[in-house]
Amino acid sequence: MTGHITGINGNMITASFEGAVTQNEVGYAIRGEERLKAEVIRIRGNNAFLQIFESAKGLRVGDPIEFTGELLSVRLGPGLLGQIYDGLQNPLPRIAERYGYFLPRGVSLDALDPERTWDFKPLVKPGDIVRAGAFLGSVPETQFRHHILVPFDWSGEYTVESVRPAGPARIQDTAAGLRDSRGELRECRLAFDWPIKIPIRAYREKFLPVDPLTTKVRIIDTFFPVAKGGTYCIPGPFGAGKTVLQQITSRNADVDIVIIAACGERAGEIVETMREFPTLTDPRTGRSLMERTIIIANTSSMPVAAREASVYTAATLGEYYRQQGLDVLLLADSTSRWAQAMREVSGRLEEIPGEEAFPAYLESRIAEFYERAGLVELESGGRGSLTIGGTVSPAGGNFEEPVTQATLKVVGAFHGLSRERSDARRYPAIHPLDSWSKYAGTVSESIVHRARAVLAKGAEIHQMMMVVGEEGTSLNDFVVYLKSEFLDSVYLQQNAFDPVDAATPPERQQRTAERIDGILGSRFDFEDKEKARGFFHDLRRLFLDGNALKTDTPAFTENERAVAVLLEGAVCHA
Amino acid sequence: MRKIHNKVLSVTGNVITVKAEDVAYEELATVSSRRGSSLAQVIKLDGDIVSLQVFAGSRGVSTRDEVEFLGHPMQAAFSTDMLGRVFSGNGRPRDNGPDLTEHLIPVAGPPVNPAKRIIPRRMIRTNIPMIDVFNSLVASQKLPVFSVSGEPYNALLARIALQAEVDIIMLGGIGLKFDEYMKFRLALEEGGALARSILFVHTAADPVVEGLMVPDLCLAVAERFALDGKNVLVLLTDMTNFADALKEIAITMEQVPSNRGYPGDLYSQLAARYEKAVDFEDAGSITILAATTMPGDDVTHPVPDNTGYITEGQLYLRHGRIEPFGSLSRLKQLVNGKTRKDHRAIMDGMIRLYAQSRESEEKRAMGFRMSPWDEKLLKYGRRFEAGMMDLSVNIPLEKALDLGWAILADCFKPEETGLRSELIEEFWPLGTK
Repeated sequence: MTGHITGINGNMITASFEGAVTQNEVGYAIRGEERLKAEVIRIRGNNAFLQIFESAKGLRVGDPIEFTGELLSVRLGPGLLGQIYDGLQNPLPRIAERYGYFLPRGVSLDALDPERTWDFKPLVKPGDIVRAGAFLGSVPETQFRHHILVPFDWSGEYTVESVRPAGPARIQDTAAGLRDSRGELRECRLAFDWPIKIPIRAYREKFLPVDPLTTKVRIIDTFFPVAKGGTYCIPGPFGAGKTVLQQITSRNADVDIVIIAACGERAGEIVETMREFPTLTDPRTGRSLMERTIIIANTSSMPVAAREASVYTAATLGEYYRQQGLDVLLLADSTSRWAQAMREVSGRLEEIPGEEAFPAYLESRIAEFYERAGLVELESGGRGSLTIGGTVSPAGGNFEEPVTQATLKVVGAFHGLSRERSDARRYPAIHPLDSWSKYAGTVSESIVHRARAVLAKGAEIHQMMMVVGEEGTSLNDFVVYLKSEFLDSVYLQQNAFDPVDAATPPERQQRTAERIDGILGSRFDFEDKEKARGFFHDLRRLFLDGNALKTDTPAFTENERAVAVLLEGAVCHA
Repeated sequence: MRKIHNKVLSVTGNVITVKAEDVAYEELATVSSRRGSSLAQVIKLDGDIVSLQVFAGSRGVSTRDEVEFLGHPMQAAFSTDMLGRVFSGNGRPRDNGPDLTEHLIPVAGPPVNPAKRIIPRRMIRTNIPMIDVFNSLVASQKLPVFSVSGEPYNALLARIALQAEVDIIMLGGIGLKFDEYMKFRLALEEGGALARSILFVHTAADPVVEGLMVPDLCLAVAERFALDGKNVLVLLTDMTNFADALKEIAITMEQVPSNRGYPGDLYSQLAARYEKAVDFEDAGSITILAATTMPGDDVTHPVPDNTGYITEGQLYLRHGRIEPFGSLSRLKQLVNGKTRKDHRAIMDGMIRLYAQSRESEEKRAMGFRMSPWDEKLLKYGRRFEAGMMDLSVNIPLEKALDLGWAILADCFKPEETGLRSELIEEFWPLGTK
């Protein structure tokens, strides 16, 4: 079906059409050899409004629009891992091979290599009954068994009619023939398409996320934990370390697959990941980190409409691997840029604006996105999870703005980064008093509870000391303040550039937390404040040294002993 | 021969509409009025109604004026003949030299494929200690200078341009005061750098809309030079004027404003320009330094705020000095490990001590008693400000590091600095231990 352009305004084109047009279907604006992808986002009478995923430069009124009837989709199948895509699933390295330095307009390449062969093994036999999401067979993909699935929108039960025998297969080959209840035969291939804006629901049940997802960042795992299948957000002003925190998490997180969506941020940041990941090894498997990673890079200078799509593309790929029975972590950086893309489109549609000109449906879109996370039981009986962590870049660093507020309503954990902490070089700059989490962590709750109390009290005393000076503070209060500073500098702060300190496994977190808990609960008898300060400086020095030592090495044991000796001399046992 | 339209339907702000067919989006046109002719660009198509933003402004445009569509989008000339030349915001010569009409290249071209970018690795030396030592500039970096009106940010940009090791300097002036432009030009001339510079200058006296094209023209030309293997430094001053011009057009077009009147796509518009900074694998690079004045010294104002999210750090220029706190080069750790082995230690150590000295200064101002340690810190603070922060200091990195050690040795005992003993062993000036 075709139509014609009747108007152009920024990345919004209007087109007249005859016949039927579907909301969110893909259309192509044709100009000479160029085919520019666009998505229908509003229909009025015989006019369709399309957001175009490329620059509209040079298009004219009267140019043809070709409607495809298909919703904006991604291709799902073996071969996604290790790929670097743009927001519409075009493989960027292959575009670079073919077109050089720049991203030419209207270029689209296969997301999955159609020529590559996979070693297929059937998992069903003729006569079996299957439903959407069931495993028909599997192929090895990096360290995983990639299951070939019954497409998620095939409703009802199917009888397996024929199965592909074991052996090499390409993604467009048929894995199995299935007969539906009305006797019609349908073919399942190794790969299929799925519309990105429709969540995948081909599972039996969704559960409350309980198992902690360890990131090896102490302040997160101990104080503000994330659960497998849960959601969290990291709002923070510029320069507070959002992206560094996401990068550390993408390396160390205890999950099978990591999907990084670089949405409207600097290209330089994702370049570091792209160039470094292939050279880094995953400590869990000993294989290249890139083998468990998919990067969706739609950086700030790439088209805005594709930025809006990139977040959904990432979520769809995440859901797909969850359907494989794996634990997936989606890191979206930054959701504010995605929201801004929505705002731009909404403005061009001349919709009545909400707060700060964001569209009225901002909240529901954000909620929909985070709701795609979850821990589910699959058709095959196994479990898979998708965890979503999004950064938020609030204007002026002010958390009162609409995107942060809408996000806070729907996530399970809030890691608020603070300008004061990053200015004081206290990294990671997650604010220990403002942040929260609804999930259970790895360290015993009573310890965390006591540590929080010390932090809160310490902050209060610090406030008071700003007014009355050290002279006006009692020695007891001063010691509490020193304790909270000690906890902050040796446990909450973590050196991302130190190979040992950068990643603290959960067992070690529990062990260190117990030791610190003992110190926080101890009574000390200092002569004066200078003595107290000196003691805590020494203690801090020892703990910081210890943080850089590998667990259970002779040096580490020696360090623990030195701490014990120092404590022995100061703790008041009476 | 292209058709001439001589019926202007409406004139609003600097935007006019005409009835025309077969016009391309973002195509250029000339609008000829009694006052002379001006370039205009198509910014909206609605059926056969075409909206154009008129670069010279709509003042004096009459409904009878002639509009001729040129059949191509905005272009820039590109040749080595441009070196040493000055152009205005519409790309025409501002000096008395000839108009360049050959080798035209499109402006605002496609973005660079992230897969073709490389991790930046080459430091650009400026001989300014606050930059070289504490916030190293890296080829392909985009770095704004946050400042307020009245601060010498243009002088700073000119000095960096003169001293930086780059092949070509591009200056993009947006709403630049005439005297500032002349000072810039003079500085480049006196420094002997004009022959490797290209200036696109839109002055405060020129029509506002013309300033919108300046970053695109500069960056399009810079991109070609970079592809030819040249290292290009692009100076843009002042990007707040650019954002204000965007705001003006957006409001004229009745777009819904998002924050303090600025359009919702301010971030994308700024990013599209800043992201042109690049280090091409096997070719040259583009580095961008941009002055951004903060209205009311407010960093949460939409322009500096959006800029801060886009750029790789920022330099704060306050009271004629680069602030050591807040100023940040996010790329510095990619290069400062390869300069001299005491670089990072001096960088962190001196700033840490200077922070303490500021605290002592505050205590002193509040009338608290000064301990001997406070006195040491105060002395150090004064030495640091005079030796490192003063913008007239002009020494290479190695000299600056040596000076750092000298200042430390002058004020402290080695163990008071918190620096590692092996470095002190090697670098602490003799006779002062």
